[in-house]
Amino acid sequence: MHNGEIVLELKGITKRFPGIVANDQISLQLRKGEIHALLGENGAGKSTLMNIVFGLYQPDEGIIELNGQPIVMDGPNKAIECGIGMVHQHFKLVPPFTVTENIILGMEPKRGFGTDLKGAASRIAELSKQYGLNVNPEAKIESISIGMQQRVEIMKTLYRGAEIIIFDEPTAVLTPQEITELLQIMKRLVDEGKSILLITHKLKEIMDVADRCTIIRRGKMIETVTVADTNQETLAEKMVGHRVQFKTDKRPANPQDSLLDIANLVVTAENGQRAVDGISLSIRAGEVVGIAGVDGNGQTELIEAITGMRPIESGTIRLEGRDVKHGSPRTASEAGISYIPQDRHKHGLVLDFDVSENAVLKSYYEERFNHKGLLDRQAIEEVAERHVEQFDIRTPGIHTPVRSMSGGNQQKLIIAREIAKEPKLLIAAQPTRGLDVGAIEFVHKQLIAERDKGKAVLLVSFELDEIINVSDRILVMFNGRFVGETTPETTSDQELGLLMAGKHQGGDRG
Amino acid sequence: MEILGFLINGTLVFATALIFAALGGLIAERSGVINLGLEGFMVSGAFSSAVTAYYAEQAGLGAAAPWLGCLAALVFTVIFSGIHVIASVRFKANQVISGIVVNMLAASSTFFMVKLLFDGAADTPVITNVFHRIHIPWLSDIPFLGKALFQTYPTTYIAFILVIIVYYVMFKTPLGLRMRAVGEHPGAADTAGVNVNRLRAWSVMVGGSIAALGGATIALTANSSFAFNTISGQGYIALAAVIFGRWHPVGAMGAALFFGFAQALKDQVQLYEFARAIPTEVFYMLPYVLTLIALIFTVGKGSSPAALGQPYEPGKR
Repeated sequence: MHNGEIVLELKGITKRFPGIVANDQISLQLRKGEIHALLGENGAGKSTLMNIVFGLYQPDEGIIELNGQPIVMDGPNKAIECGIGMVHQHFKLVPPFTVTENIILGMEPKRGFGTDLKGAASRIAELSKQYGLNVNPEAKIESISIGMQQRVEIMKTLYRGAEIIIFDEPTAVLTPQEITELLQIMKRLVDEGKSILLITHKLKEIMDVADRCTIIRRGKMIETVTVADTNQETLAEKMVGHRVQFKTDKRPANPQDSLLDIANLVVTAENGQRAVDGISLSIRAGEVVGIAGVDGNGQTELIEAITGMRPIESGTIRLEGRDVKHGSPRTASEAGISYIPQDRHKHGLVLDFDVSENAVLKSYYEERFNHKGLLDRQAIEEVAERHVEQFDIRTPGIHTPVRSMSGGNQQKLIIAREIAKEPKLLIAAQPTRGLDVGAIEFVHKQLIAERDKGKAVLLVSFELDEIINVSDRILVMFNGRFVGETTPETTSDQELGLLMAGKHQGGDRG
Repeated sequence: MEILGFLINGTLVFATALIFAALGGLIAERSGVINLGLEGFMVSGAFSSAVTAYYAEQAGLGAAAPWLGCLAALVFTVIFSGIHVIASVRFKANQVISGIVVNMLAASSTFFMVKLLFDGAADTPVITNVFHRIHIPWLSDIPFLGKALFQTYPTTYIAFILVIIVYYVMFKTPLGLRMRAVGEHPGAADTAGVNVNRLRAWSVMVGGSIAALGGATIALTANSSFAFNTISGQGYIALAAVIFGRWHPVGAMGAALFFGFAQALKDQVQLYEFARAIPTEVFYMLPYVLTLIALIFTVGKGSSPAALGQPYEPGKR
């Protein structure tokens, strides 16, 4: 399989954007019947490179060769013509259309003047069977699961006769079961003679399915390796440019006085249910408390109550002994609570604002940025520059809209803003969601550094690795209550997993 | 019974222009471009058709005059729909503002041109060769129904046929699939090889010309001339019909019939004794008030095209 002929070759591809070289002399060979991974951190230039292959961008330098012939990819149509298909990270599907309509869009079979929907549906059913995709051609996109939507995307490329399929971060949106299914489908595709380019920053997937792997870092090509001859640690090191510790170093905690005290807290969710059902919790300065649990067991509502985003039904929240009757997120913030939100696009950033504006979202009204009702741009820019430097935020400049930055750099900006406030309590909800190993390591180090500075840190995560790695104390939340408390030293994945599923720990708590 | 017949007939006549305009608006909006310019397109259509029909009549073309007028409306209105395309599709300007500008431009420029062409007159001379009611053989002899449904203008029948055509194209052909895709998720259409902006440009221009036919039918049936107040807000009512009809050709037709009914009612009610005491302005308000009420009840249950009003930016995440 490894020695198939070369179907696609990139030679010295360079692409510049204002202020940044996204791809710098990148070369890559794809052989027939192989799964070739393209590994790099968020913002390393993977997506740019694939958009060049798919004809969405034009390279400034370099050649693309298809079966040995140089070609100019001047648009998606050309790529499709050349038998290249792309499964986009953000699906390109029309929600109110059926599966069939989405697949045939752009090359509809005709019967008379009309569209031959019946003929198309039966062809799709056939393809679905051949590749084991299990897609119902009549279903509407808006009513099927994310995993199935992705299979529709795959089907779109197959329907167009793709021989080379590009997968752009395909597992980012999938559940673990769906990931396993997808990897099987990919193997089946190469067995049928297709060639796959897999863009990812997840090392495990590469080890599982890829034959070879090309690593790029900050737009530059590092090397192409055979996956069988390498391991996760080596790949990670090549990707980020230094040794990566999967386990964060930390000294034992040195907890001080209790800082946050929550007693008998009850919070209601939108649907009127008690999402937080009489919780008591205290966090001391200088410790990280991790809350483990499956999504939807009240973690979000608990955090929203502490940060003033959601009203409290009953109970008390005290910070340093003082009752925080939060009227608003601002009063919570001013009381000394910083918050790294779970959904950085919805609650963390204004995507169309630039870096400097986002840097002062929570402090623009303070006197240092605000002179008699006018913003002091200079002071704001200074702060933004400092954040960019101290937190290694990779951006063309502080006036770049954050929308165009990678997820890792967006997250760094949020962390910079929240930590710079010198909070007493730092709340981090799913702080590494969608980030690559390098960025994850960075985030974890920051959380522990805050702890060592004597802050109280509350970490909420659905990832057991993260909870065990960073926390000093672990609470497991189930159905709006804590069902167990343990420490990372004394627990195991298995024990936590059982607790998260609602199986009680020895006693009768919860 | 007779009154009901008149009412139905009046409804059809008044609805005709609205059906054309609503179909035109719907075509543009389904492709994702807000079409506030409907009023302007109707004004443009009414103006160009009236002027053309007048000169054709002068040239002795007789019964062909109104048909030439319609043709002129189709072609002339491309000027205004073209402006909307250039501003809102090519240069990605705000589609609402672009539409309003088109309306103001159409209203003032046509008024100006009428003055220029007819020695400072405020309206075109009355055209004799306009569309006349046709009596469909046999069908029009059916008692009640014949008078209600089968004695009306040819343009009315064309409007209803057009509803079927637009429905077919929109939902049964590849072109329609692409148009709807472009209005719902332009990124998906683009990556499937559909030229988003070109399709939007065509949709706005074809829709504009169809809306212009709506204006032409007003000028060339009831009014027999063109003046600055020939259209008087019917374009906005048609836009309301698009929304009320949930961006569906048949729905828009239903909404247009409803608003047409309101206008027919206005004429019928005035014949009654009790209505004498009420100022006529109140009856003229009726269609607009009903439009407002209808919209209040449809707002919020939106099924508008998802990308309506958003210029297409290929790189946006």
